[in-house]
Amino acid sequence: MSESMKYMRQGRLPHIWCPGCGHGTVTGALTRAIARLKLDKNKTIIVSGIGCSSRAPGYLDFDTLHTAHGRAIAFATGIKVAKPELKVIVLTGDGDCTAIGGNHFIHAARRNIDITTIVMNNNIYGMTSGQYSPMTPKGFLATTAPYGNVERSFDLSKLAIAAGATYVGRATTYHVQLLTDLIEKALLNKGFSVIEAVTQCPTYLGRKNKLGSAVDMLNWFKDGAVNVKAASALPPERLAGKFLIGELHAAPEPEFTEVYGNVVSQVQRKFDQFQGGVRGCEQNSD
Amino acid sequence: MPNAKLMQGNEACTLGALAAGLEFFAGYPITPSTEIAELCAEELPKLGGKFLQMEDEIGSIAAIIGASLTGKKSMTATSGPGFSLMQECIGYSSLCEIPIVIINVQRMGPSTGMPTSPAQGDVMQARWGTHGDHPVIVLAPGNVKECFELTVRAFNLAEKYRVPVIVLMDEVIGHMREKVILPEQSSIKVVNRKAPAAPGSYVPYAADPNGGVPDMAPFGEGFRWHVTGLFHDETGFPSNKGEVADTLLRRINLKVEKNEPEIRDYAVEGVDDCDTLVVTFGCSAMSALSAVRQARKNGIKAGLLRLKTIWPFPEATFDGIMGHVKRVIVPEMNLGQLAGEVERAVARRAAVERLGKVNGELFRPEEILSVITNGAARTAEASK
Ligand SMILES: Cc1ncc(C[n+]2csc(CCOP(=O)(O)OP(=O)(O)O)c2C)c(N)n1
Ligand code: SF4
Repeated sequence: MSESMKYMRQGRLPHIWCPGCGHGTVTGALTRAIARLKLDKNKTIIVSGIGCSSRAPGYLDFDTLHTAHGRAIAFATGIKVAKPELKVIVLTGDGDCTAIGGNHFIHAARRNIDITTIVMNNNIYGMTSGQYSPMTPKGFLATTAPYGNVERSFDLSKLAIAAGATYVGRATTYHVQLLTDLIEKALLNKGFSVIEAVTQCPTYLGRKNKLGSAVDMLNWFKDGAVNVKAASALPPERLAGKFLIGELHAAPEPEFTEVYGNVVSQVQRKFDQFQGGVRGCEQNSD
Repeated sequence: MPNAKLMQGNEACTLGALAAGLEFFAGYPITPSTEIAELCAEELPKLGGKFLQMEDEIGSIAAIIGASLTGKKSMTATSGPGFSLMQECIGYSSLCEIPIVIINVQRMGPSTGMPTSPAQGDVMQARWGTHGDHPVIVLAPGNVKECFELTVRAFNLAEKYRVPVIVLMDEVIGHMREKVILPEQSSIKVVNRKAPAAPGSYVPYAADPNGGVPDMAPFGEGFRWHVTGLFHDETGFPSNKGEVADTLLRRINLKVEKNEPEIRDYAVEGVDDCDTLVVTFGCSAMSALSAVRQARKNGIKAGLLRLKTIWPFPEATFDGIMGHVKRVIVPEMNLGQLAGEVERAVARRAAVERLGKVNGELFRPEEILSVITNGAARTAEASK
């Protein structure tokens, strides 16, 4: 048995994903990164929202929490603050993370709380059968964009960096080795880390947009991706229509639960010394 | 006199939470509940606990559910608009059986309403705000001391039955100051959830289908269990089998239904011989009590039933006191939310008169007294 399989709940397989879906590839990369780091199964918590991608924790042998749509990071924040000694990993989709969960995402980044967030970006709502997400490219077809998507899409990695994430990387299900390396580094960063795992949904994004089979979609990733290291040497015209992969941002900063933990240890004293407080209650506000 | 202090309801509520073992608070500021968050921010760290101001109320309730899963007693506090935002995750807590306490200091709604005016309009939302049949317990303190006591009780019930417990306060109770004698910590009964002994044979949701409460393992202790808001079987993993859903939904609801007599809590005055019964809760009960006392001085056989547990609704309580009752009056700061339940419980044994007040002003005792004396303008019959 490979090292990474030890982190799977093998009794829960086979999984629910469609043939050719990339979510399994991302989950596999995560288990390999975890195996390399020999993370303690009993001290690692995996949290997800709702979506095809968010079903991954059910197959992973940790304490696992499948929450509500968009809320994974907020649940994870409670876990991490309550028990900072735990390693907390969030698995989420592009819809889960950037639409309904966008607010929690940017605020977790702003706090720089030590949570590793892996966003399985398939540019579509898979679970609900192919509506456009905030990551669906302009012009793409979706069931709710029958004439082509007219909305602009996020650059998730830029969003994460701007909001304060201290480690950000992007890879695709074609670049599995890179994906695994980036997840490993993200897990080592003490702070809010985001890995954008570009993945294929052949069933909805692929079929609707005539992108071909899962293999064709992997080739599409291969052709579209440029490693950030190589990109710096390329003229802008060679980068048109391409997207960057690799380590996009690594800038450690003090981590939230550690900083707050220091405050807590400084002010700790016994409850029976509490003297009561008098607080104003006349304020008028909404 | 040990521990006698002048404090407001929001303060007493926070102290009750701390006495019950609160270790984690997450919230978002909103009038008239904010003092609870402020006091938690100040006091929790002193006890080694954690305070978190989240980006919104959805995040707040999500965070306390996460914290509760690590074994820490967790709470949030809010008011109308925030309480509305929390509804989806209240259902998550109900279905996944994760104990949490939510303080809702009611203000006038709907919408932003009148933020600093008292109201009691969340009676039904507290019971039915989230989708689907779900268990929930709702307590309603009627004075500052009870804010302390019922918050302790809220934690105990949440831990015992693994349900969300809502403490339904209101702007008056939350901001009113009274002199309160706090009990010694050693005399306070504190209940903790039952945890499984050791990993290995742990079946997370194994429990008597007839309303049993499963043991709850804290995250991070080697149990490696799965929690999902999908219907799940005893193992905790999702199932879409109809009989699994049926068994689960009935069991979690029976936890509260079957234990209603234990959860039931109320105060009465003059109910042994009364022919006019006033039924109410929270801030309205303060005025109702004066009105009932004055009516009795005036020779009217009035009585008061003040509910401290609103949900599950204590229907059976009415059987014991309806003996001579000909009229039931339900003053409340909404348009008849409790009255509807009272009508159900009274079951046509007496006329139920709805006395709803929604102008943001507390009942004056004379208003209630005048209805006791002269009959209400609108009776239950007339309103049909
Ligand atoms: C509050 C709420 N709104 C909507 C839904 C329906 N819903 C379930 S999954 C999903 C989208 C998931 O898309 P994404 O996060 O991109 O994950 P994917 O399925 O593509 O992996 C939606 C809209 C829901 N479960 N809850
Ligand atoms: S619908 Fe798309 S995202 Fe969902 S399992 Fe199928 S291929 Fe994967």
